[in-house]
Parts: sequence; structure tokens; C-alpha cells
Amino acid sequence: MADRKHLLNSKQMARFVAEGYLRFDELVPDDLNQAVKEEMDNQTVPREKAGLPLSAIWPDAAVGRVFRLPEIEGIIHSLVGPDPLYDHHAVHTVAAGHHFGQHWHADAIIDTRQHFDIQFMYFAHDTPREMGGTLILPGSHYRRISESDIARYHNFVGQVPMVCKAGTLIVLHHGMWHCAQPNRTDEMRYMFKLRLNPTVRQLRLWNTDDIDDPEVSHILSTNQPWHGNEERIEHVNRIHFWRFLTGDDQFDNHYWLSRIENEPELV
Amino acid sequence: MPETRQKLLVLYLRTPDLHASVVAWSEYDGTAPADERHTSGDAADSGGETTPPYDSVVDAMRDGWRVVQFPQQYPAYPGTEYQVSYLKYEYILEKMEVVDG
Repeated sequence: MADRKHLLNSKQMARFVAEGYLRFDELVPDDLNQAVKEEMDNQTVPREKAGLPLSAIWPDAAVGRVFRLPEIEGIIHSLVGPDPLYDHHAVHTVAAGHHFGQHWHADAIIDTRQHFDIQFMYFAHDTPREMGGTLILPGSHYRRISESDIARYHNFVGQVPMVCKAGTLIVLHHGMWHCAQPNRTDEMRYMFKLRLNPTVRQLRLWNTDDIDDPEVSHILSTNQPWHGNEERIEHVNRIHFWRFLTGDDQFDNHYWLSRIENEPELV
Repeated sequence: MPETRQKLLVLYLRTPDLHASVVAWSEYDGTAPADERHTSGDAADSGGETTPPYDSVVDAMRDGWRVVQFPQQYPAYPGTEYQVSYLKYEYILEKMEVVDG
């Protein structure tokens, strides 16, 4: 069970709802980063069976210790609950001197649920821009596409390359658009990905003490420059998702849903 | 007779107005030599730039690009009014360039 002090707060959850990801810089200690890097170099991270409880896998591996760090258990609990399932992991590599990017995609297939999986991307070594890293598109998680449907696109105003120090993780909504980037250095670039499934209804799993903080509304209204004319439709999707996460069917933000749900029958 | 080849520029706009600002873009260059990396799995020219090559479609037209495809506009199918998916305002432009045969 995650320690309450490590749970996400409502402002962080609102950021996840608005942008589809959260970033935690240099969260994993250096000795653990180096141990995981060694496991990836030696290809010794065991591939587990999909659907096993996360708590049952990697009892001895350094990467298991990463995802049992109290801070990361708090992130996991806040998003997918206390006993998530291991979906899969991948040790993604971009070879030294590989000067081509990867096409934009979302993982798995088109997914219409409000219930959501999370994907961690863990960078166990320093990742300067010339090394990549993974390129993500904030605010793309509500887009209904199937895997490489979006491969025609090359660049977006607002795309974010993961340039970070060792020990940095991002946690993504499963729908997030992303792609690998060229590695112009002479060292292999790694990114460790882990996908988790919830086993409980994702309802107020975080620390909701600040649920009424006005900043939550501001964060939910954050626009992405590439959304253009669809900004308001994106807001509607966020309001629906916040209702799902909080159980508050009356929640609204800037009156977007109150207006279109107003269908008086009084005669 | 000099050989000409096609370059494509795909611009995605904030609104359907051809003066609207560019929010995403792609370039496909048929004048460039073949690069085997393009046919190797999922390789792509993603993420190479941070600034759009033009401010708008009209801005690109002023530089000689010809618009060859407009996005069709359809009302949302009932039940999909609030779904988001692909970028809606996609304009495809071309330039024909002479290459050394």
C-alpha cells in the first residue's frame, strides 16, 4: 500500500487530465539507475506474463526496485490503484549514430475507454537532445487513432522531446502520441517502458485534499498550441474525464457542459 | 527535356482559413535520392524541426507552393460530435523541381 504522503495531489491529476502525462525529474537514485542500465546492457530484465500482478514480478531485478520505490508506488496508486497488473515492458533502444527518428504512433490499438492504463517511460541515463530522447505530444491522449495512423505527421507546434538527467520518469495516459528520436551520439540510448492496467475503479485514488483549489480549474483549461480550433472540444473531453475520476457528475469547467446539457422540460 | 520531380509540403492549420497559422507540418521530397532508411520499418523524419516552415498556407503559396488538396468538411456523424482524432485542416502543397537526369 502506497504511503499517503507520496500520492499525487489534485493539481497533478488535473495536469494529467489536461496534458496526458506527468514528469518526475531525477526521481530514481544514481546507484539504482546504474544497476538498471547494467541489466539493460546485459539484456537480463525478465519478460513476464501479461496480466500478472505488478507485485509478483521482478522480485530480484534492479528494475523491480525502481517500481517499488515509495514515490513511484504513490504515483502508481494515484493513477491505477493499489494492485495493478503488469501488461508488458520494453527496453527501447536507439543505436549510436542512428540518425533517423521513428514515426509518430500511439501504443496498442484504438481504445475508447474512460478507464485507462498508464505507461512509464524511465530514462536510466542522462538523455541530452542529441541522444533523442522520446518525443511526446502533450494533449494527444483523447485522440482516437489506431497505432501508426498518424505516421504521416512529422512535426507539431508544442511537441516535447524528453531531454533529461538520469533517473527521470514520465508517466503517460495510454493514448499519448510519441516517437523515438535520432541518436547522434556514440552511445546506445535506452528508454525503459512499463505498461500497467488498473484492477479497481479509478475513482479518487489520489490525495484529494486540494480538490477545490482554484488552480485545478486553471490547469484543466491549459491549451496546447497544436489543438487549434479543437481547443474547446478538448476541454469537453477533460471535463468528462474529471467527472469519471472524481465521481462528480455535476462537475463543470467554465460552463462548457452546463450550457449544452441544459434541456429544460418545464412547460 | 529536363526531368522534374515533386516535393510535397503538408500543412495543418489552426482553422480552415488558408491564412490561419500552422500547427503541424510534414515534408516529403521526391527530388532527394532514395534512402533505404525510409523503408526500414517505422523510420520517419519526425521531430526534426521546432518551427513551421511557413506561417500559413498563403505564406507558402507566396513562395511558389501550389495547393493540390483541400480538406473536405463534413458535419460530425451523430454521436461523434465531441470525439477528436486526426488533425482536421490538412492542406497538401507541391512544388515541381528540375533534377539532373
